[in-house]
Amino acid sequence: MNVAKRTFDAVIVGAGGAGLRAALQLSESGLKTAVLTKVFPTRSHTVAAQGGVAASLGNSTEDNWHWHMYDTVKGSDWLGDQDAIEFMCKKANEVVVELEHYGMPFDRTDNGKIYQRPFGGHSMNYGQAPVMRSCAAADRTGHAMLHALYQRNVRANTQFFVEWMALDLIRDADGDVLGVTAMEMETGEVSIFHAKATIFATGGAGRIYYSSTNAFINTGDGVGMAARAGIPLEDMEFWQFHPTGVAGAGVLITEGVRGEGGILRNSSGERFMERYAPNLKDLASRDVVSRAMTTEINEGRGAGPDKDHVLLDITHLSPDTIMKRLPGIREIAIQFAGVDPIKAPIPVVPTCHYQMGGIPTNYKGQVVVPKDGNSNSPVAGFYAAGECACASVHGANRLGTNSLLDLLVFGKSAGETVVEDFKSGQLKLKPLPADAADVSLARLARLDGQANGESVFDVGLEMRRTMQKHAGVFRFDNLLKEGVQKIGEVAERAKRTQIADKSKVWNVARMEALELDNLIEVARATMVSAEARKESRGAHVRDDAPDTAENPNGRDDENWLKHTLWYSEGNRLDYKAVNLKPLSDDVEPIALATRTY
Amino acid sequence: MTKCTVQFKIYRYDPDKDEAPYMQDISVELEASDKKLLDALIRLRAKDDSMSFRRSCREGVCGSDAMNINGKNGLACLTDVDSIEQPITLRPLPGLPVIRDLIVDMTQFFKQYHSIKPYLVNNDTPPERERLQSPEDREELNGLYECILCACCSTSCPSFWWNPDKFVGPAGLLAAYRFLADTRDQDTNARLDNLEDPYRLFRCHSIMNCVDVCPKGLNPTRAIGKIKDMMVRRAV
Ligand SMILES: Cc1cc2nc3c(=O)[nH]c(=O)nc-3n(C[C@H](O)[C@H](O)[C@H](O)COP(=O)(O)OP(=O)(O)OC[C@H]3O[C@@H](n4cnc5c(N)ncnc54)[C@H](O)[C@@H]3O)c2cc1C
Ligand code: SF4
Ligand code: SF4
Ligand code: FES
Repeated sequence: MNVAKRTFDAVIVGAGGAGLRAALQLSESGLKTAVLTKVFPTRSHTVAAQGGVAASLGNSTEDNWHWHMYDTVKGSDWLGDQDAIEFMCKKANEVVVELEHYGMPFDRTDNGKIYQRPFGGHSMNYGQAPVMRSCAAADRTGHAMLHALYQRNVRANTQFFVEWMALDLIRDADGDVLGVTAMEMETGEVSIFHAKATIFATGGAGRIYYSSTNAFINTGDGVGMAARAGIPLEDMEFWQFHPTGVAGAGVLITEGVRGEGGILRNSSGERFMERYAPNLKDLASRDVVSRAMTTEINEGRGAGPDKDHVLLDITHLSPDTIMKRLPGIREIAIQFAGVDPIKAPIPVVPTCHYQMGGIPTNYKGQVVVPKDGNSNSPVAGFYAAGECACASVHGANRLGTNSLLDLLVFGKSAGETVVEDFKSGQLKLKPLPADAADVSLARLARLDGQANGESVFDVGLEMRRTMQKHAGVFRFDNLLKEGVQKIGEVAERAKRTQIADKSKVWNVARMEALELDNLIEVARATMVSAEARKESRGAHVRDDAPDTAENPNGRDDENWLKHTLWYSEGNRLDYKAVNLKPLSDDVEPIALATRTY
Repeated sequence: MTKCTVQFKIYRYDPDKDEAPYMQDISVELEASDKKLLDALIRLRAKDDSMSFRRSCREGVCGSDAMNINGKNGLACLTDVDSIEQPITLRPLPGLPVIRDLIVDMTQFFKQYHSIKPYLVNNDTPPERERLQSPEDREELNGLYECILCACCSTSCPSFWWNPDKFVGPAGLLAAYRFLADTRDQDTNARLDNLEDPYRLFRCHSIMNCVDVCPKGLNPTRAIGKIKDMMVRRAV
């Protein structure tokens, strides 16, 4: 097959919040940049974010980045790297104000400033009381942000390749990254995008689970491509289950609902969070709330005929507040739960939402791997930002509104690093290896020629069910062990997927089969990393690592205060130290402590 | 749980193998959890993986799965299967070139969107903090900024069908007014100049098809009327 080659200074894969923010940095610096995206940029899943983006602007309550940093480290259950967390919290005001300057239609306070609402796990004065830190545009913050970023890129003349799916990462014999192969959906043609710098911003992989708030396109393509190319994946056992997905449908109901005063109730109408988190109650951190809900349901206090969900109640809020601050949520509740939240509570269950782990990076957006005794050695030419990356600011549990912030801060910082490396002459266009496209072409040829194979739909379903059952909100040793085995079997089946549709034109079947390859890498990484981590921390909670005096909440810092690194080849695991030291002297390290809310 | 069978009539065309488009009669058995038209289409794909359409968010915010459903444009993910008559007739959005099955080429639609300079123009040096805007001024943007660029409106507009290269269309004009209405934007005159033309704005004859189909409940006709008012006020 003839493979066209295109050459750029930089190629960015992904046009969600992270990709668009990075693109802006490159376009405005005059670098010849290609942005590849599976979907038109404003259809990226950042569009679905509802509640807000964190910044200690202090527009309604007193606030500062020190408090934000403390909350983030505590939220991460101390698994987050404190240099990256300091960097993010310090930069928050700058990047959010920039968005406002780009034209993002934030809601406003009476004196015309950006409106802020309370959000889970964000507090004043080191955990004392909820703080108003989430900058919001009604309950459509992601939509407003993504469109503003796209619009700014239109102004900057960014070059997009829309409905191009990146297939594989290209590395040479030195392990340096030289670009990607990609397929144009409309023609089925494969091209090589050869570049001095490659930035991955491909978003999350929430579609490995059966019940998920994620879009169909969230298939972890960047993470899968990196894993297949020998890059380890960091902390993949940590998945956030959002407390409030619409029961049955999975569609998200933002935590902003609780920020505006919403209350979780069990079958008897009790506000049960008072028992689990006396201080922050319904606004405790997500892992804490999800577990409390699961416990209520498991102990028979769930609502509904099957006692399989709890209720999110906002009937005590004025219809005016609901219409003004939560109009999108009302639409979702009517559409997907069949209830008008002004009149009746919304049935909700914990639902897979966010991937804390990903491609290991530092705070500059460089991808880092262990090499020659340095566990954080940058891979030449390779950068990543957003949900596909692990900086690691979210550690074992992300705070709501910190992801949109992560996209802005690290999208920008990855862009800035590329521009610097470019200007200093450090980035070179290395020659392409002769076999640069072979892996991708072989995958496509295998798929087209497969006989007596497996259905993509069936294998995908089996993967999602296995993940849901074996690596859910609560984790059990025997289920995890079985899960490793089962996911291995599913991965074997995925090698023999077969499609009936062989058309070259906009072939959805081919796209889904290729996406499944990426999902499988993510699922294997998750299961194997989770089975190995014998403690409870943040979103990873095992029944054989219970709350004891020695290990409060089951967390075992002596043995497990470390990042997991999973290699696809041979399911190999490695570990690296958590950075407990902030970036500057402006702040003391946040000392290890028990996490209570 | 009850299962039920749904009858479809679907526009099919794969330029790689079909001489011409045709309507396919096909039925699919739904599970109890398949409530939306998009769920049904995905169920259908499990049976025939060549059935092609765009989709992503499945909650009406990304704008991917606009199509013509029983003669009216809408989003598959926000349409209840049991609210529509069978056989459910699905066609690609009218007036745009078909790439394959229900997938249309949206180039012309986005070209018009881009033509209105869809970004804030403000040439003052930005302040250190946010620009201030009163809640009342911000309220002017409600009903405008929420557009998901699904194209349901423009592809139901006769004026856009006849002049897709010259008439901006309801989605593009709604976006134009979103910036005209923003107190932070300084490009009012240039924006109005850009639309002062027999086609770009004035091809709209207030037929209201656009309002009727918008899945987000937006009202492009009203926005267009406001732009026309601004033109008149500017002239006197
Ligand atoms: C329903 C929901 C609500 C949320 N609400 C909030 C919130 O209020 N606050 C908050 O902070 N966080 C929130 N989050 C989390 C946050 O929205 C996401 O983590 C974030 O938007 C991810 O952004 P991203 O730029 O990394 O990826 P995405 O926005 O997912 O973009 C990924 C991009 O990569 C492209 N891509 C992927 N694979 C390929 C490929 N193979 N080839 C080419 N292109 C590819 C896609 O086309 C897309 O452009 C929410 C998440 C969900 C699901
Ligand atoms: S009101 Fe104007 S824009 Fe809307 S459908 Fe009619 S002619 Fe088209
Ligand atoms: S105005 Fe409504 S119908 Fe038109 S593109 Fe926007 S959301 Fe779609
Ligand atoms: S799938 Fe996103 S709008 Fe329907």
